[in-house]
Amino acid sequence: MTEQASDFELVIRPKYGLFDLNWKELLEYHELLFFLALREIKIRYKQTVMGASWAVLQPLFTMIVFTLIFGGLAQMPSEGIPYALFSYSGLLLWTYFQNALTNSGNSLVGNAQLLSKVYMPRIFIPTAPCLAGIVDYAIAMTILAAMMVYYQFMPTAAILLLPVIVLLTLLLAAGVGYWLSSISVKYRDVKFALPFFIQLLMFVSPVIYPTDILSENLQWLLSLNPLTGLLNAHRAVLLGHVPVDYVGLAISAAITLAIFFSGILYLRRTEKYFADLV
Amino acid sequence: MTSRNNKPIIEVKHLSKEYQIGMDRTYKRFTESFTNAVRHPVRTLRGLTGSKETFWALKDVNFEVERGEVLGIIGRNGAGKSTLLKILSRITYPTEGEIVMRGRVGSLLEVGTGFHPELTGRENIYFNGAILGMKKREIEDKFEEIVKFSGVEKFLDTPVKRYSSGMNVRLAFSVAAHLDPEILLVDEVLAVGDAEFQKKCLGKMGEVASEGRTVIFVSHNMGAVKALCSRGVVLDEGTIRVVGDPDTTIDQYLNKIHREIYNVPLSDRRRDKPVSLRAKILNLEIVSEKTRVIDALDGTKPFEIHLTIQAFKQVRLAVQIEIRNDSRTIILCSSELQQNKTFEFKPGIYKIICLLRPSLLASGEYRITCGLAVGPHEWIDYVVDAHQFSIKELDIYHNGFSLSQRDAVFHVNHSWEVQRGV
Repeated sequence: MTEQASDFELVIRPKYGLFDLNWKELLEYHELLFFLALREIKIRYKQTVMGASWAVLQPLFTMIVFTLIFGGLAQMPSEGIPYALFSYSGLLLWTYFQNALTNSGNSLVGNAQLLSKVYMPRIFIPTAPCLAGIVDYAIAMTILAAMMVYYQFMPTAAILLLPVIVLLTLLLAAGVGYWLSSISVKYRDVKFALPFFIQLLMFVSPVIYPTDILSENLQWLLSLNPLTGLLNAHRAVLLGHVPVDYVGLAISAAITLAIFFSGILYLRRTEKYFADLV
Repeated sequence: MTSRNNKPIIEVKHLSKEYQIGMDRTYKRFTESFTNAVRHPVRTLRGLTGSKETFWALKDVNFEVERGEVLGIIGRNGAGKSTLLKILSRITYPTEGEIVMRGRVGSLLEVGTGFHPELTGRENIYFNGAILGMKKREIEDKFEEIVKFSGVEKFLDTPVKRYSSGMNVRLAFSVAAHLDPEILLVDEVLAVGDAEFQKKCLGKMGEVASEGRTVIFVSHNMGAVKALCSRGVVLDEGTIRVVGDPDTTIDQYLNKIHREIYNVPLSDRRRDKPVSLRAKILNLEIVSEKTRVIDALDGTKPFEIHLTIQAFKQVRLAVQIEIRNDSRTIILCSSELQQNKTFEFKPGIYKIICLLRPSLLASGEYRITCGLAVGPHEWIDYVVDAHQFSIKELDIYHNGFSLSQRDAVFHVNHSWEVQRGV
């Protein structure tokens, strides 16, 4: 037995301190997080005919329908760019967020067997679907690239901000996912409320309409939705049709981080009874 | 050797675990919490201050395990064994007390966890390994070995949903068995049902123990604990009753308990099944060579089971007898119903005798469960583990070699011959 191994000491106690997130342990188990995400990716399109093209079809068809209804019939303003491009760039990020949150919110109950049979940092379970969704996002991005070529849009240097925006969206989905998945261990209502909540959320986020069709007061209210700043910045850095609203992005980032860290704390507080309740 | 190496590898101090009971579902709906709060404000408040109906699965459990020790934890169903194991493997948390562990923990209770039916055998090896706490490097190094051990080489790239259940278990066990923990947790209770799998678990355990690593073995089978463990802990109703050498201290303790149970006349024992009691089993005796056998039998001799029953009304019934061995496998299940034979009784006391010809049972402990039945649906009386007896030895060829339950469940008469050519 090596010296290193014998230095190992683990104490199991009833309660955690509120801020006692064991970073060392998370680091030690980090491979598992990627394995879990990889598992999500591998099983998502198993036994489907279309396979990974579903990642593209979902936002693409939504875009086509919305373009016909809002862009064509309703003449929705779209910040001076083609409505198809406008809505697809929003739907791209939105679809990622929606799928990540849905899978994350249902993850703890869905993985009851893991929870009740094996130890691992529980936080990985709702995190993995958020990571896995990035692959779908990247696949769906190819359509946007093609559309940008078609409509002759060139991204500017601001595109360097894209990873930050995607990361913030990931943290937001994960943060809300931590809250909802932890709550759903005790209250199964979450499973039913979640699709409904997501549907409503889409209509209070500037996915298929620009922020400026709203009055000043409502715009201010909308900016409290962290997705507002993220969606606007996402569109701006990709298409370069308007300058990036850094204030809006900063507000979104602050709210996102608050949700993310409070989600971690809530999950840590409640995880001790997961195995007993799930 | 550092000073830490001299400390026990596991210290369990004042460990208690409380569960809430009285709810048929453990999870709640919002509306339930809400309407309950409105309808019973006082009760809800009291609930919040912590006076719910609860039950202690473990209460003030203390013990230590030394490095390299093989510790057996024995107890009946519901004694708290599984809860203890779950806390040791960090699946659930204690309500009070603490455990200090000075080594990496692996367990054979999570075999197949994380297996996904849609993924191939190869993919599942990686995911399952990672879930059990192996590093990618480790899995890669052991991959060949794992595959070889499992014997599913040909189907490595087939989704496991196409596997037979046996292949599934073999592959899963193979991954778990290649974990190299310093502390291995084994729950025999979960392994029951598949004899081969159980044997593999026990084999792996012995191997780990012989390498000087620490093993905690949970079982309700005293024979297995005696054979494998250097020290045993008896759990009952969530507390430790006795700790000590399995061959002496624990044996004495369990014998005392058994005597206490078996001293109660059969007619006063608890019935575990709904019974109509139109007739009752009063007594069960084992008789060999015309004398009542109290202690041990010779496996090569015939014996009789004498059942005394009392009929309260006129009743037609069939008698059923089951004999189980140490690992609770049924060795004999005889029911007159199978033979379409029933007896008619008028009110009164009767003795029913079942003659067993030289049955060649291997040496070890046996328990008899007996019952009186009317057809397959009504039990008049039924007593689980009504009687215990042991076979002292089974020396078939009179050469001093006694067959025990570890070697074979029982002996079948056979002979050998050799023929030349094909």
